[in-house]
Amino acid sequence: MRNRKRNWIPEMGTAAPEMAETLPVASESPAGCKARAARNVLGQVVLPGEELLLPEQEETDGVGVAGERPLRLNAGMRSRLRVVCGPGLRRCGDRLLVTKCGRLRHKESGSGSSGGIYWVDSQQKRYVPVKGDHVIGIVTAKSGDIFKVDVGGSEPASLSYLAFEGATKRNRPNVQVGDLIYGQFVVANKDMEPEMVCIDSCGRANGMGVIGQDGLLFKVTLGLIRKLLAPDCEIIQEVGKLYPLEIVFGMNGRIWVKAKTIQQTLILANILEACEHMTTEQRKQIFARLAES
Amino acid sequence: MAAERKTKLSKNLLRMKFMQRGLDSETKKQLEEEEKKIISEEHWYLDLPELKEKESFIIEEQSFLLCEDLLYGRMSFRGFNPEVEKLMLQMNAKNKAEEEEEDETVEVDVSDEEMARRYETLVGTIGKKFAKKRDRANYEEDENGNMKPIKMKKMFLKPQD
Repeated sequence: MRNRKRNWIPEMGTAAPEMAETLPVASESPAGCKARAARNVLGQVVLPGEELLLPEQEETDGVGVAGERPLRLNAGMRSRLRVVCGPGLRRCGDRLLVTKCGRLRHKESGSGSSGGIYWVDSQQKRYVPVKGDHVIGIVTAKSGDIFKVDVGGSEPASLSYLAFEGATKRNRPNVQVGDLIYGQFVVANKDMEPEMVCIDSCGRANGMGVIGQDGLLFKVTLGLIRKLLAPDCEIIQEVGKLYPLEIVFGMNGRIWVKAKTIQQTLILANILEACEHMTTEQRKQIFARLAES
Repeated sequence: MAAERKTKLSKNLLRMKFMQRGLDSETKKQLEEEEKKIISEEHWYLDLPELKEKESFIIEEQSFLLCEDLLYGRMSFRGFNPEVEKLMLQMNAKNKAEEEEEDETVEVDVSDEEMARRYETLVGTIGKKFAKKRDRANYEEDENGNMKPIKMKKMFLKPQD
């Protein structure tokens, strides 16, 4: 009996590998609709199940421009750029398969060798742990050598007590149940329990660790966090001019704010929650009113 | 009578080194191939010949950090937490510095040609210092400025089976 191993787990949107190979290779996907070129769809809304063609493949599909196409020595092998498919996209053979609905975005990479990164700008409230993300977690349990930290995902992440700056077996960090932790994931995939640490690869804290006393933690959508953390975000600049305050953003949709009085803290929390649905005008009005009082 | 009957030797015994010295190269090759066949049949493999691992040029990443340049998550304004403000400057400057570093090239004090010339002469002089007496004789033989190549040392040769 032959030893066979099936290495394919059914996932949303992907057909069985054998089926995809036996279909004629054309721009028609099994769903019957024409696959679009990714370059033409930038900034437009894409829906799950759509297939997108990468720039190199468009050349062969266009027939009739034979005179202008440059002669290539080996027509079979094309020089391919390395393309990264980001959140919301999956690899499907040679094409990109959309798995979330939203707008398609593209960014050219700094080094010209790779072809850039495509991703879908979508909105969601539920966080899925991703390696390298900085998140705010709440310590829920202390068991032996690790802490169980709730990060808003499907399972609590584990945090070892040695993963703090300057922590040794004798010198344990001062972390209690209920504390807020700002850390990053080192292991985060769908097969294993997520693990986080509060130090970087050099062993320095870099601002991670237990977040201080007082303050207020509240939850917002993931898209808002990314909007607020964009380099040119006006909201943060305007907020910073109001009064002295401190904010910590977690990529899992949690924001912690602290100001000198409770009232200021609450005002800040309300602004950040509401600014997602306000237009620029409304926001400027509110800030003007606040600045007066 | 004993000469007519050949004792049946086991396969393992026949595979041993001392039994194979008498064989000629063809039978040796056959035996090797059989061994390889046995090993490769035991290995598991995917029975999908069409789905061979082509070098895929699409990489999947689930993180938003690559897509968008996000600032550091901790912020403090108007001096509320001075350490965090220092961190903010440090981390945000690091992101910008990484982008600029790619364009810079390291400046060299000594040019490449000069370096090659010096190194060429250096290897010979330092090499002489560490050579044994016998080898130093080789060095001195050809004194036209070229180093004669060192003769092959006489080493113990293992007898081929």
